[in-house]
Amino acid sequence: MSASHGHAASHDEQIKHTLEHWAHEPFWKKYIFSIDHKVIGLQYAICSMVFLLIGFGMMLLMRWQLAYPNQPLPLIGGILGESLFPGGVMSPDTYNQLGAMHGTIMIFLGVVPLSVGGFGNYLLPIQVGAHDMAFPKLNMASFWVFFIGGMIMMFSFLAPGGAAASGWTSYPPLSVTAQNAQSYWLVGMVFLITSSLLGSVNTIVTAIQLRVRGLSFMRWPVLVWAQVITAFLLLLAFPPLEAAGVLQLMDRLAGTSFFMPSGLVVSGEVLQVSGGGNPILWQHLFWFLAHPEVYVLILPAVGIVGEIIATNTRKPLYGYRTLVYSMLFLGFTSFIVWAHHMFMTGMGTTLSSFFQATTMIISIPSVIVLTTYLLTLWGASIRYTVPMLFALAFLPMFAIGGLTGLPLGLTASDIHLHDTYYVIGHFHYVVAPGTLFALMAGVYHWYPKVTGRMFNETLGKIHFWGSIVSINFIFMPMLLMGMMGVSRRLYDQTVYAHGAAGQSYNLVMSWGAWALAIFQIPFIWNLIVSLKKGKVVTEENPWGGTTLEWATPTPPPHTNFLHEVEVFRDPYQYSPNRNLLPQFVKE
Amino acid sequence: MSLIPYIDHEHPVTGVTNAKFGIWLFLASEVMLFGALFSTYIILRTGATVWPHGYEVLNIPMGTLNTAILITSSVTIVLAWAALKMRQLPKFKLYMGLTCLLSLIFLVIKYFEYAAKFHHGYYPATNTYFAIYFVITGLHGLHIIGGIVVNAYLLGPGSKMYATEPERFTGRVECAGLYWHFVDLVWIFVFPILYLL
Repeated sequence: MSASHGHAASHDEQIKHTLEHWAHEPFWKKYIFSIDHKVIGLQYAICSMVFLLIGFGMMLLMRWQLAYPNQPLPLIGGILGESLFPGGVMSPDTYNQLGAMHGTIMIFLGVVPLSVGGFGNYLLPIQVGAHDMAFPKLNMASFWVFFIGGMIMMFSFLAPGGAAASGWTSYPPLSVTAQNAQSYWLVGMVFLITSSLLGSVNTIVTAIQLRVRGLSFMRWPVLVWAQVITAFLLLLAFPPLEAAGVLQLMDRLAGTSFFMPSGLVVSGEVLQVSGGGNPILWQHLFWFLAHPEVYVLILPAVGIVGEIIATNTRKPLYGYRTLVYSMLFLGFTSFIVWAHHMFMTGMGTTLSSFFQATTMIISIPSVIVLTTYLLTLWGASIRYTVPMLFALAFLPMFAIGGLTGLPLGLTASDIHLHDTYYVIGHFHYVVAPGTLFALMAGVYHWYPKVTGRMFNETLGKIHFWGSIVSINFIFMPMLLMGMMGVSRRLYDQTVYAHGAAGQSYNLVMSWGAWALAIFQIPFIWNLIVSLKKGKVVTEENPWGGTTLEWATPTPPPHTNFLHEVEVFRDPYQYSPNRNLLPQFVKE
Repeated sequence: MSLIPYIDHEHPVTGVTNAKFGIWLFLASEVMLFGALFSTYIILRTGATVWPHGYEVLNIPMGTLNTAILITSSVTIVLAWAALKMRQLPKFKLYMGLTCLLSLIFLVIKYFEYAAKFHHGYYPATNTYFAIYFVITGLHGLHIIGGIVVNAYLLGPGSKMYATEPERFTGRVECAGLYWHFVDLVWIFVFPILYLL
């Protein structure tokens, strides 16, 4: 007994010593080249939110061209430059660049860095009771490698020929023959992948090795589970894309023919390459990453929503173990569904049937995840806080996204729907009102803990109701337009009869998108102004959460905890009269 | 002492230090990287109308010599780690020095091989066989260079840690050794599929 007391005392002594040392570090070591996982998490979060805004802005420009084809962009069309917007009208080349970069930025520079880099870095070490990540310097390196990758992507717009314009999927041979910054895109991707690899190693080691006493695997908060499974997906799925990126770079720079078939005719001339390559090979390597990537996008969101629902229903999550096993199964299965993106490549019915079957199987755990959350809501007296509203909206939105995926996973119906706006509508329902709403829920939920100030509830509710209504006006018509057969990457669909018939949908979508943009203003305003004007939060546990981040002072100091913590029970435990039983309180 | 546990002793449940856990995860991702390249090789070869036999265009004796050199270097790096375990720093320096020397010899031989290919007019753009040959051996070569940098650091300035934290330093050498074995293992696959088959 006395020995353990002595240990605890020396541990607290050490925390005090570390804090004193940290207080004397220069500014650049504390906030710029910082090794503190919380600072790195915020760096990731702020950067990725700026990137999200940039990617969103590109789409807003594209929506003008789609709604009012070949009409000059009002107000700003003239100042965007003659080369990109001749006469104020977006050129087809510009449209392609913005389309490719919108996808790239939203996925690789926006959603993943925010959910994995931001929420993962900030919350995971605290939720397992650690004082920092297992490898703090590696953590810093991972952020700066990400930052360089992001800068290469952004500056590629200045390259001769403009930014990459072959879609976020960069299918060869188009991407290999493109006379633009496709090579920058590939180099940027190599940086982003490297950053992800460093981050995922760190996440897994931290979660497993740095758990405090009492925190067994089945006591992990659901967000920790989600982050660890995500990290495994990033770790194992990204390297094949890194290899593919190197191969495509060789095709572009060294004249190899990995993805270039023999006798390819471009602009009426046979291309002078050695040939013998296989463009479908790129698709396999790309989707081997990009399908698990879908679960990289969705799992952290699922984790965040779980935390918020449990906190605001003040009930244990229904079927916690089932939820965890479902997420594990999702993670494993996500590695064997990738070719459902390739039914139309002529890979044969045997392979197609296999991937059709695995795709149907993977929908089962996704439904289980949603069902556990719905059953948690059953009989609860729900607190409708702003984060809870977003978390609740996630459930039906993600459900629409998931269910609209089924017709794409069935080979027969995919023939009609493949490469149409239906696909765009489907995955945007998953990622935008799905994942992004969950991430906004997370931003609101942990805002008081991170900043020590409460956000403005009214502005939050305006943000929520405005967003949920307008976002459905964007993506619901896409599903309909896709069923009419409108192809997903058209610059001006009115040149086709069936496209012209569906043009009115484009007007609805574009005005929906611009409305969505307006409703983000209260969000940004709220985040910035509440830093100074928000009600000061001094209590450790303002929402009544049960996991370890609510045991830290608000905002958490450099060492996260001031005393050694220990875990005594499962997460999300509340006594029958709904009194709080946090993991970190003995009785 | 740092607030991060399991830097120089094993976690009771996983049985490894943080660094060793990390290096194994990193190697798992490396398996996927080279796995993708080997898959590319298979797809290109099975889809090709003509595919040169490795022994017709590559230098088998040089490749064999390099295989032997890499295997030997894997042995010397284990001896270096074992010497540290027995707390014999001079012996560690000898074996680590040998490891670095052997890996440099590997690169020199590789240089002569590349030079001969270029001399005969074989470039990555020549055909898909040489494309995949240069990419896999080039990427493997980059891994060798990375290994040399790490091993040289552990031999030189990095070895100062031995005086203060011998167990942690031994752990670092073990991680470098695991990585080095992996690079060696990749070559064990590269040599037969590119040179012999």
